[in-house]
Amino acid sequence: MKLNQLTLTQAMAGVKKKKFSGKEIFEACLAEIEVKNKDLNAYLTINSEKSYKSHNKPFYGLPLAIKDNYCINEVETTASSAVLTGFKPPYDATVIAKLRQSGFSFLGKTNMDAWAHGSSTETSDFGPTRNPRNLAHAPGGSSGGSAAAVAADLCVAALGSETGGSIRQPAAWCGCVGFRPSYGRASRYGVAAMASSTDTPGFLTKTVADVALITPCICGLDPLDATSSPEVFPNLINQMKKDLKGKKIGFLYLDIKGMEKTRAYYERVWQDLEKLGAKVEKVKARDPREAIGVYTVVQRSEVSSNLGRYDGIRYGQGREKFGAEAKRRIMLGTFLLSQGYADKYYWQAQKVRTLFMQDFERLFTQYDALVSPVSPTLAKKLGCSEESAMFGELEDIFVEPSAICGLPSASVPCYHDKKSNLYLGLNIMAPMHQEEIVMQVASAYEAGTNWNHWAVVERGDHEI
Amino acid sequence: MKFSAEFVQQIADLAKLTIDEAQAKDLALGFEESMAVVEELSQVPTQGLEPTYQVNNLVNVWREDVVNKKQMFTQKQALANAKNTYRGYLVVERIIDHET
Amino acid sequence: MKYNLVCGLEIHTELKTQSKMFCGCKNDPFGAKEPNIYTCPVCLGMPGALPVANRKAIEWTVKLGLFLDCQINLKSKFDRKNYFYPDLPKGYQISQYDLPFCFDGKVETDLGVVRINRIHLEEDTAKLLHQIVEGKKVTLIDFNRSSVPLVEIVTEPDIKTSEQAVVYAKKIREAVRLLGIGEADMQKGAMRLEANISLQTSEQAKRGELPNYKVEVKNINSFNFMKQAIEYEMKRQAALLDQGIVIKQETRGWNSEKGETFLQRSKENAADYRYFPDPDLPMIVLSQAQIDEWKAELPLSSEQEVKRWEKQYQIPVKYGQALIGKKEEIAWANELWQAAAQQNLSVAKLANYLVNKKINYSLNDKVVEVIKKFNQLTQVDEINQGDLKAIIKKTIDQFPTEVKRYQAGEKQLLGFFMGQIIKSAGKKLDAAQVNKILREELG
Repeated sequence: MKLNQLTLTQAMAGVKKKKFSGKEIFEACLAEIEVKNKDLNAYLTINSEKSYKSHNKPFYGLPLAIKDNYCINEVETTASSAVLTGFKPPYDATVIAKLRQSGFSFLGKTNMDAWAHGSSTETSDFGPTRNPRNLAHAPGGSSGGSAAAVAADLCVAALGSETGGSIRQPAAWCGCVGFRPSYGRASRYGVAAMASSTDTPGFLTKTVADVALITPCICGLDPLDATSSPEVFPNLINQMKKDLKGKKIGFLYLDIKGMEKTRAYYERVWQDLEKLGAKVEKVKARDPREAIGVYTVVQRSEVSSNLGRYDGIRYGQGREKFGAEAKRRIMLGTFLLSQGYADKYYWQAQKVRTLFMQDFERLFTQYDALVSPVSPTLAKKLGCSEESAMFGELEDIFVEPSAICGLPSASVPCYHDKKSNLYLGLNIMAPMHQEEIVMQVASAYEAGTNWNHWAVVERGDHEI
Repeated sequence: MKFSAEFVQQIADLAKLTIDEAQAKDLALGFEESMAVVEELSQVPTQGLEPTYQVNNLVNVWREDVVNKKQMFTQKQALANAKNTYRGYLVVERIIDHET
Repeated sequence: MKYNLVCGLEIHTELKTQSKMFCGCKNDPFGAKEPNIYTCPVCLGMPGALPVANRKAIEWTVKLGLFLDCQINLKSKFDRKNYFYPDLPKGYQISQYDLPFCFDGKVETDLGVVRINRIHLEEDTAKLLHQIVEGKKVTLIDFNRSSVPLVEIVTEPDIKTSEQAVVYAKKIREAVRLLGIGEADMQKGAMRLEANISLQTSEQAKRGELPNYKVEVKNINSFNFMKQAIEYEMKRQAALLDQGIVIKQETRGWNSEKGETFLQRSKENAADYRYFPDPDLPMIVLSQAQIDEWKAELPLSSEQEVKRWEKQYQIPVKYGQALIGKKEEIAWANELWQAAAQQNLSVAKLANYLVNKKINYSLNDKVVEVIKKFNQLTQVDEINQGDLKAIIKKTIDQFPTEVKRYQAGEKQLLGFFMGQIIKSAGKKLDAAQVNKILREELG
């Protein structure tokens, strides 16, 4: 096995035992990037070998891919938009500073839907990213570059962000793990804002154990972010489980229109969860289509305001450089907030959002965790985002309800289609601030099934 | 709801974006599609509900009145990414006065 | 035709906190030696930058509201006011829309009560300088002022004369200085005035109706100019109304050189600011206990202080009024009165000497020094009663004619005798003592 194929867990174990160094892993990743990136376009900016500085504990310089909406001091940060070409922030995002402090190194910045507007990475102003599992298909988005970098072993793990489903959906489409903590756990300071009330930093990783290792590094109260949570982040490593005995799980959205093609696979997931000891029940939740409406209104309204700062005066290029999707979203948001319409649309959407929060509260009194499909289909072909002006929102239908409520959740591979080499993902949701429950279900499911090839290798590989 | 090309142009002006006629027509169709989904929300009864614009129920988050030197830029850093500067200032074409 | 002035004022005043409203940058835009040296990602509106509210600015805003008799909103929030302008780095200003910190207050003036509609807290914009650089007309931008805390005080249209507008504005300035929350220096731009002016016809007055338009006048940077601008507008609008012309909502600037207002923008299409609550800033929820604590910390208003001086030290009200103004002056004066009272000196006399400039002083003087000067002027030489009586008698005897005139009713000659006595004595005498004995001798 090549060093770039190691999981974070394996890499840590090996570096601790001095079998190899963080620098060697960094170089192995660079070598693979050199070969694969021109086809995948997962990375927009790649750091050179020279940029590697020696790092100590706790993470020994293990290399990460960073989504391009995170400001890294003096490194070009564009959020995949032509408006920010050449922009080099003189500051680090808080989570970047924390990852540095934890001893990680950065391989480069990954591609995304421009401004995180999308679910396929096709709205990037710098070309789409291809799905490493099947190059004719999209990787999902907006953290498509990060998901692709993980799936293609071009890094040990990748930093992403989620607003409507932008970590879980690309994780599902690329067949890796995606995890987002509760809203407010990780600081948004220095992350180009999309929808301020739902933007959440999180990770794309190879296994669930990797999530447990790395997520605490970025969580914690940040005085520079007034929406960051003072709640103490739980220890996730202690929450890795082998079974789900005593757990009550609600299964959502199986009967929603569009699930016809993949429903059978999710019924198998249901059976596997029960084999692990969980009690699983079908659950009627609020119609997720309403969440699309809420998300569309809230996100576009906040976006229209958040992107008002890009005028080319203090940095970046002029507003004429905004791509078509960005223009569309800014304008719709402007309309939804405008005089005469705000009451009807903006305020109504925020009230329906309250209904979703109440609905989840109700469900969590009956169930420990909730699961659902991430996406109704396998990763779609490149070009899919042109289907509709609402492509992103429609794709993310199953993950938007939990996203607008800020719930901690994950996507883990739950089916692999041998013919296309593409995957389906299982969406796992827990109550606010109870990330440990997500961890319990995700780890047990991964341990009890064979969909995650890295996990399978890890289990068979007793040496490392 | 329907969006005329003029209305779309007005929105573009409000958002300080430039679009041409073809784009205006295209955008209008896209908006109509989006609004079809949004309009469904109008059917949901919400009387007496408080809107949620913050999901983690925080209140009174503030900072003490202290200068934070670590976060402050030097003049050089402040201007580092600007296209047009002059003697420490940022520069734009002359604005014919008015504010708001 | 006669018209009534219907005028409301909007005053913006910067708070002199150490740091800015939403970031930890130094708050000293006027004192900065270079442009763009007090900035950070937040006040420059850079990607991912987030605001965090300055608690002191909130406290001071509420205190100002309490001082001006306002109600306080226990639940409050910040909203985004969206518009584009080069002095606004985020493309929106963080302000307050429907839940300002303070509302429904009032200021009492000798010329009538002016009600306050609201007081809210927001951030200031960057400073713009229009110049010609290398032959081109440009605008230069300095972000040192960006996000400095700014309080906006809006009145009801209660102002009925230009004089009242000035009196009101001065009271606001005094309140800000007294509370120690701002310089309110109009030259430095720390306080800015805007007047909304319209004229009410007598018919409207009978029906209790207000005019259906208002003209907003900006760019007023002194109280004097405000008075002139209001008076100019009254004339201008009266002339238009006399001709039956309907006046439109508009924004005008004040040209101090020409002494005229000029059209800046027609306000028919009011800007659509698309206000919505700022998702980056959680709500503010204040307790009544906190409000009561802040209320107890308020200083007395200058009227209240002057009254207290009259009661406690017998300082006449008009002297007290002449001495007050800034918060520092009152504090210094109180220190001085206390020290004088401790030494059993006449505080009222001391106040008299200060007001009438018999003692030159500045706020930098130590209280001890001022008392020393006072003592030097009022010290009397030691003299026994017997000697004093002898001197007085001797002096009176030199002026028999004047004594007769005094006894006939010309009481003002007392002053003449006093002067002669003091001259011949060649010593410092206690005037009160001399006066007493003199009267006895004269009969």
